[in-house]
Amino acid sequence: MAAIRWNVRPEANRPGRIVERLHREVNRLFSELSPGRGAEGGGVFPLVNISEDDENLFIRAEMPGIGTDEVELSVTSDRITISGERKVEAEGMLNAHRREREGGHFNRTLQMPVRIDPEKATAVFKCGILKIAVPKAKETEARQVKIQYEE
Amino acid sequence: MEEQDLRAPEKIEHSAPAEGTRDLPMFVPAVDIFESADALILLADMPGVRADSVSVDIKDDLLTIRGNVAVEGEGERMLVEEYGTGDYYRQFILGKTIDRSRVAAAMKNGVLTLTLPKAEAAEPLKIAVKTG
Repeated sequence: MAAIRWNVRPEANRPGRIVERLHREVNRLFSELSPGRGAEGGGVFPLVNISEDDENLFIRAEMPGIGTDEVELSVTSDRITISGERKVEAEGMLNAHRREREGGHFNRTLQMPVRIDPEKATAVFKCGILKIAVPKAKETEARQVKIQYEE
Repeated sequence: MEEQDLRAPEKIEHSAPAEGTRDLPMFVPAVDIFESADALILLADMPGVRADSVSVDIKDDLLTIRGNVAVEGEGERMLVEEYGTGDYYRQFILGKTIDRSRVAAAMKNGVLTLTLPKAEAAEPLKIAVKTG
């Protein structure tokens, strides 16, 4: 796997674009270094994007061709595990001209960057992307602490 | 660690000048192509693409598949980005044996299934071979 994909399109070389791309690539490189990825000497499935807003974490996993009953999701206060099987059907087919899509079992545990509230996690499967939304645990919110003066 | 035999393929980005008008990367969808007795079946992984954002076009012998991804997460801050979000685009040269009028496309769970029925076989032409 190439460490950096570079784009040879001249259009892509406008300055803003380069910075955006560099930003993306740096993020990706750091993602690759994070635990969970490449731990077994290879890639993992599914690949995820994790984002946040002020109250929630959002985990999106690309899992095309997987039905809701083929995935199991478990959420703890700091971890999310996605497991299941991707079946790539080929019944009744005489022969395969191309096989680029892969099937098999998967099991991935993601360490969350902050503590979350597993009771309130929701998950939606849409267009082959599993989207998990989970509120951050209340205790991680910064609390203003009043300082008292003592003589 | 439980069994894990599935790995996500790296998304391949188009480097040829097959560009979209949107400022998004353009990926090559992974495909399977099978042949059954009466049709070619093409399956293409295009996660994030809704059924109404797929276009399948056949012009002469050129089959063009494209899918525009539904961009989500506006206003969210990205923490980890393992996969890129972008459109999908791929072209194939078809054999002449496809019956274009009966091509069917379906999108489910981010996978496009394209059924390309084979044209009715022409009357077999018998050629007598003379000896001499």
